[in-house]
Amino acid sequence: MTLLAVEDLVIEVPGGRAVDGASFTIEPGEVLGVIGESGAGKSLTGAAVIGLLPAGARMSAGRILLDGERIDDLHEEDWEDLRGKRISAMFQDPATALDPLRCIGAQLNETLNAHHPMIEKVRRERVGDWLDAVGLPRERMRAYPHELSGGMRQRLALALALCPAPELLVADEPTTALDAPLRVQVAALMRRLAGRQRTAVLLISHDLHTVAAAADRVAVMYAGRIVESGPAEAVLRAPAHPYTAALLAGLPGVGPRRARLPAIPGAMPLPGTRPDGCAFHPRCARVAPRCRREAPTLAPGTAACFYPLTAQAAHG
Amino acid sequence: MTIARLVLWRLLQAVPVLLLVAALAFALEMVAGDPVTASLGPDATAAQRAAAVAQLGLDDPLPLRYLRFVGAALRGDLGVSTRLARPVGGLIAERLPATVELAGVAFVLSLAIGIGGGAYAAVRRRARSTRLLLLASLFGVSLPTFLTGTLLILIFAATLRVLPSFGRGEVVALGGWTTGLLTGSGWAALVLPALTLAAFQSALLLRLVRDGMIVALDSEFVRFARARGLSHGVVLRHALANALTPVVAAAAVQLGTLVAFSVVTETVFQWPGLGQLLVESVATADEPVIAAYLMLVALLFVAINLAADLLCLAIDPRLRVAPAGGA
Repeated sequence: MTLLAVEDLVIEVPGGRAVDGASFTIEPGEVLGVIGESGAGKSLTGAAVIGLLPAGARMSAGRILLDGERIDDLHEEDWEDLRGKRISAMFQDPATALDPLRCIGAQLNETLNAHHPMIEKVRRERVGDWLDAVGLPRERMRAYPHELSGGMRQRLALALALCPAPELLVADEPTTALDAPLRVQVAALMRRLAGRQRTAVLLISHDLHTVAAAADRVAVMYAGRIVESGPAEAVLRAPAHPYTAALLAGLPGVGPRRARLPAIPGAMPLPGTRPDGCAFHPRCARVAPRCRREAPTLAPGTAACFYPLTAQAAHG
Repeated sequence: MTIARLVLWRLLQAVPVLLLVAALAFALEMVAGDPVTASLGPDATAAQRAAAVAQLGLDDPLPLRYLRFVGAALRGDLGVSTRLARPVGGLIAERLPATVELAGVAFVLSLAIGIGGGAYAAVRRRARSTRLLLLASLFGVSLPTFLTGTLLILIFAATLRVLPSFGRGEVVALGGWTTGLLTGSGWAALVLPALTLAAFQSALLLRLVRDGMIVALDSEFVRFARARGLSHGVVLRHALANALTPVVAAAAVQLGTLVAFSVVTETVFQWPGLGQLLVESVATADEPVIAAYLMLVALLFVAINLAADLLCLAIDPRLRVAPAGGA
């Protein structure tokens, strides 16, 4: 049974719709990578799933279902029961994500205790296990966040987000603040630890290496909509949507060399300035008259494009 | 160890400050004032005056006299009040309890109102009660103390007649300390002056705590704490701890100010404390008392700031790695 279903999600910000009818699903234990440029609405989508939309953003249409039950209309008290235990999240900046005043062991201990009360001795053992799991020495239990490197902090954040054993982890740009060599390492660690306890992951990133290292499936987001989705390997190797192809082309080592396009000209439309037809048409090298009039829709496992680069339904 | 080094460093820094204040006090007492006339009266003969000058060492060079002044102060000899002809140390010891109790109660009151109200105003940011609270705090920071005090007297003492408007009530002597905290009339007398003194401080703290708390509540670590399901109460507690770190330093200065500048409040309520002693001494140009008061206040500020530094170190581990005396 589908774990998470996001249906026709619309999120409004001052100025217009930042997310404009996004739909996707995640199966239990699956890692879905959502990629796209900044401003595509990826982070707002993740924030809506964890029920922590920033002030000023409002979900105005659509549904979010967890195990078939709506969670987008929950009250804050009900969210408190849900968060951690069933859905957890981690964010971009490891420098500010941890309480600077308390040592890392205490923060792990507190998070474990909030969801799975157990006797002190067992809990301390579990804290040590989690530090082991993310490659931090047990002896550093008493260390404070400022004494750790950025990579260590983000690995600790991973432990904090995963230790309640949630069914779903929303990981919003978890590797963006890290140096390039660390990104793949943290992404792979996330995949391994989440897989170990069957936690599904909504991995939001504009770093394709991160997504390639962790995701089972990929959804490409552009101007508030999903424009292509499919198995990670297939999408990254043979993109169908010209936008996906353009994203991959900007990247050495991932994607098809033969399909290399010049850097994507122009900029993604801001909320409220979406053009008629396909939102990508002003920037698309393959634009045709139909693209300016009609908006293509996304059928499962395909690209929302009238003239895809590969045959429709290639991703199955 | 870092903390020991910091304490030592701060104490060393305090020495020149205190010496400078002592120099000011010395200048006030020995140079601006006229100790000979003060001790002999205006009708003394020239011979009497010369003898007094020699006896007091007033012929000696200024640096020597300054050192002698500092040495005497260190031994607790603060001179003799020209107005009351009594040792200044005794006078101050007599008045200190009233001021300390008033400032202490006002401080606790302003912490409770400031932290509680500030946290409430940050959590219930848009509530009507919050707007009311902020309006009240605006009055608190903008009304001058003498006006607040007078208004309180007008309402609670003159019109409603429920609280006394002056004095300390009944006091109980405990060793060398007199306290009003053990009698009903003592507490009743304390209410209005403590409220007056706390009004400005609590309003200021309230605004500081509110601003800090709003920043903390919007911070990433609070968002992450909520995202992994920590309860509302736990999250608020951690946010408050983070919001309070910068408030500690401000609160420390406040405490010093409460003691040092309770002058106005003590005058309005005829509170028999140091502030009133200072006003009386200024009116009669009683330089030794003024000088001693000056040094006492400087010492107080040094001590309170040191305590605040140590408290900050205890709260915030990030400060513990900085080199002593460093940023």
